[in-house]
Amino acid sequence: MLRNILSGDMPRSLMLSVALVVIVAALALTPFLFPGVRSLNVAVKICIFIAVVASYDLLLGYTGIVSFAHTMFFGIGGYGVAIALNGLGPAWGGIALGLAVALGLSTALAALIGLFSLRVRAIFFAMITLAVASAFAILASQLSSITGGEDGLNYPVPAMLRPSFHLFDGTVLGLDINGRIITYYIVFFVALALFLLLLRMVNSPFGRVLQAIRENDFRAEALGYRTVYYRTAANCLSAAVATVGGALLALWLRHTGPDTTLSFDIMLDILLMLVIGGMGTMYGAVVGATVFLIAQNYLQDAMAVASKATAGIPVLSHLLHPDRWLLWLGVLFILSIYFFPTGIVGRLRAMHTSKLQNRPEASTRAK
Amino acid sequence: MSDALLSLKGVNTHIGRYHILHGVDFEVPRGAVSMLLGRNGAGKTTTLRTIMGLWRASAGQIMFDGEDITRLSTPEIAQRGIAYVPESMGIFADLTVRENMLLAARKGTIDDTRLGWIFKLFPAMRRFWSLPAGQLSGGQKQMLAVSRAIIEPRKLLLIDEPSKGLAPAIIANMISAFAELKQTETTILLVEQNFNFARQLGDSVAVMDDGRIVHGGAMAALAADASLQQQLLGLSLSAHQ
Amino acid sequence: MSVTAQIDETAPPPKPRIDMLPLAIIPVLALVAIPLVGNLPGWINLTVAGLAMGMMIFIMASGLTLVFGLMDVLNFGHGAFISVGAYVAATVLVPMAGLTQSDSFLMNLVALLPAIAAAMLISGGLGLAFERVIVRPVYGQHLKQILVTMGGLVVAEQAIRAIWGPEQLNVPRPTSLRGAFLFGDVAIEKYRVFAVVVGGLVFFAMMLVLNRTKIGLLIRAGVENSEMVESLGYRIRRLFIGVFAVGSALAGLGGAMWGLYQETVTAATGAQMMVLIFIVIIIGGLGSVGGCFIGALLVGLVANYVGFLAPKLALGSNILLMVIILLWRPRGLYPVANR
Repeated sequence: MLRNILSGDMPRSLMLSVALVVIVAALALTPFLFPGVRSLNVAVKICIFIAVVASYDLLLGYTGIVSFAHTMFFGIGGYGVAIALNGLGPAWGGIALGLAVALGLSTALAALIGLFSLRVRAIFFAMITLAVASAFAILASQLSSITGGEDGLNYPVPAMLRPSFHLFDGTVLGLDINGRIITYYIVFFVALALFLLLLRMVNSPFGRVLQAIRENDFRAEALGYRTVYYRTAANCLSAAVATVGGALLALWLRHTGPDTTLSFDIMLDILLMLVIGGMGTMYGAVVGATVFLIAQNYLQDAMAVASKATAGIPVLSHLLHPDRWLLWLGVLFILSIYFFPTGIVGRLRAMHTSKLQNRPEASTRAK
Repeated sequence: MSDALLSLKGVNTHIGRYHILHGVDFEVPRGAVSMLLGRNGAGKTTTLRTIMGLWRASAGQIMFDGEDITRLSTPEIAQRGIAYVPESMGIFADLTVRENMLLAARKGTIDDTRLGWIFKLFPAMRRFWSLPAGQLSGGQKQMLAVSRAIIEPRKLLLIDEPSKGLAPAIIANMISAFAELKQTETTILLVEQNFNFARQLGDSVAVMDDGRIVHGGAMAALAADASLQQQLLGLSLSAHQ
Repeated sequence: MSVTAQIDETAPPPKPRIDMLPLAIIPVLALVAIPLVGNLPGWINLTVAGLAMGMMIFIMASGLTLVFGLMDVLNFGHGAFISVGAYVAATVLVPMAGLTQSDSFLMNLVALLPAIAAAMLISGGLGLAFERVIVRPVYGQHLKQILVTMGGLVVAEQAIRAIWGPEQLNVPRPTSLRGAFLFGDVAIEKYRVFAVVVGGLVFFAMMLVLNRTKIGLLIRAGVENSEMVESLGYRIRRLFIGVFAVGSALAGLGGAMWGLYQETVTAATGAQMMVLIFIVIIIGGLGSVGGCFIGALLVGLVANYVGFLAPKLALGSNILLMVIILLWRPRGLYPVANR
């Protein structure tokens, strides 16, 4: 039954399986295990980015398409819900409407970009998506009347999702189930569903065609697959999941702005998460998002200590300053591309396989 | 075999996952024209590119003028006196004919006597001297490609399908130019699919199939044996007239 | 029958076909803008601003397009060289307040020249290191190149913040380059004229090298077909490294010029210019310096005209310009043959 849920795509490594179980369990039980605003915030971000990075893996890792427009779709989802809640008031119908419009816009844009990608070479395409995403970000911050400009929008959410709402009169296992916890579990379960959906897609015949296109698109075309349709479908599916991710973030933060959704820094973060975790594995998104976001939020504390400790040495102290955490992750990113092109997940799987090959009884095991 | 300028022993070449050359053995005698024949996909172009170092031989040895050049880089191989005219001609279209020739002249300047000789062989080069090479016709581009290879004396010319896609009149021009070139005792290894072209110029011939040499010997012997031609190349001389 | 007789040797050589059409776009665009802007002094102001901006972008972008054309390397980290150039120039200029605040252009030049030289040298050096450490291991693998150079950009940007601090840096523009020339109603900013002159000199120098020197010949041939250049006996790898370094130095020069124009820079300045730079090199045709020049002027003009007429549409209008040109010529205005 586990095979079915994971669509046959098993972790194939003991350490990876353990890591995944720990991550999922920790996320599922965060409100109970790690109460507190900060840890809940980190956990929500991890859930959302697992889904968003997995959708980027579909595009980059499985289809081989480099696009920098992913945050644009993320932002469309966020703004869709934000504008709906801002304009129509805190109603579930508003959320549904905002999400539907956002999904429609994202899919249409993704289709357009996908079709355009075939007229130009891959490198052109990457640059063009960068330009389009930048233009969109600037547009969003300039249409202040609708989008709230640079500051973004703040808006109320439906009553059930507010901190003041209490599901039960008492506490459950010591925790007061309020609107925030409900929102958390909505995010958790939707993100989980999105991830499993993507896992199902990449392990289907559709997913195999995408990988064939990544390897050699001429060959795929010659074999009879209309690569234009598959590429566009991959673009649209990936964009749609990112849009839902953005909507979830909008619901949690109750605030959407260019800095939370559209900034290029977020695009870089997604790229870092995917490469460090492992491209083309889906599980890489889980591992990468977790490692990155925990580092982003907790590594800085460690760096602050180290920075103070080395305060005497000028440049070193500045390099260890908590604000420079991205520098070290950038270095890790570059090292990953050279030495761990398959990311953490790939490395864990390789270690597992070589361990199996070293054991004599393994050779008699049937696959 | 000390009169072999170039010799290949057991040369294997892999391109990615594909094993193209499966142990190529042959020799190019000094001062003569050798033909490398075979149908499409036999590995002729791959052989030339491997000699030139554009693709690395995964196994085997290539000796040129007594030196092992198997592991050398392309510029090093070219500097030892080998000129290469690829199938795609390798003309720099944005550069003028003059600039194309200037690049090929490693000394830095073009010898006027030599240039005059080339103009005699290929008059179009004089006409188009200051024009971008991209404006030349297909046949003229081929002439430019060959002109570049002979702008200075070279020990060995590697030429890949010079007659491909050319009109019969131009091919005849090519043949007479190569015949003149033969007089200068230059060693030439010519890849061809056009057997008539090959027969008129080649002294010795090697036939390739599936990445191996399947026949080697004198051109005259092959030209006289219609059944052997049929067997090796799938068609006879008369089909090319 | 002699076949050579069939080839007409007496006919005069055909005229060279020079592609003039893209050159005409700039004057056409400028003329179209006159009625839109409405008044002549305003139009002159915008046009000079557009040309100046275009020149600076050209300087920044020329290295990138050559590197891509020659080495098939797309360096997403190019913005790092721009930022570094600006920061170095500013750092050299600040202690020379005595010279920069003088009214004499000559005194200012005595301060400017070392600042620009330092910017170019350090950016060029950074380029050499970048090529060796980050780019060389991934030659030929486009996907990894894009990722790795992006990583390099992030690290460089953070390193700048670590060394110079995270706040924006003031770039002291010398006094003689402040203010404007006044011709009746028309005010033309002095620095813009300076930028146009410098840009023009850089373009002229590049064209000279490319068209009149052996190295330029090798570069032009290598952009078309580097394999053939190697087959002719030239070690083109060494040329690659040189071009990469020069391209980075030019980016540093562009960054310094831009920093002086804006009078303030941040570590992100270089990355922010990358979007416009990509648009420029796509419009011009990857590998073509002439195309890059025209593309840069076009982008500068469009940015300023639209920035005046409809400020919110400025970047979008440049993207629209790119799309229109790609629909007309899918490989850019002056695509390099054989690419």
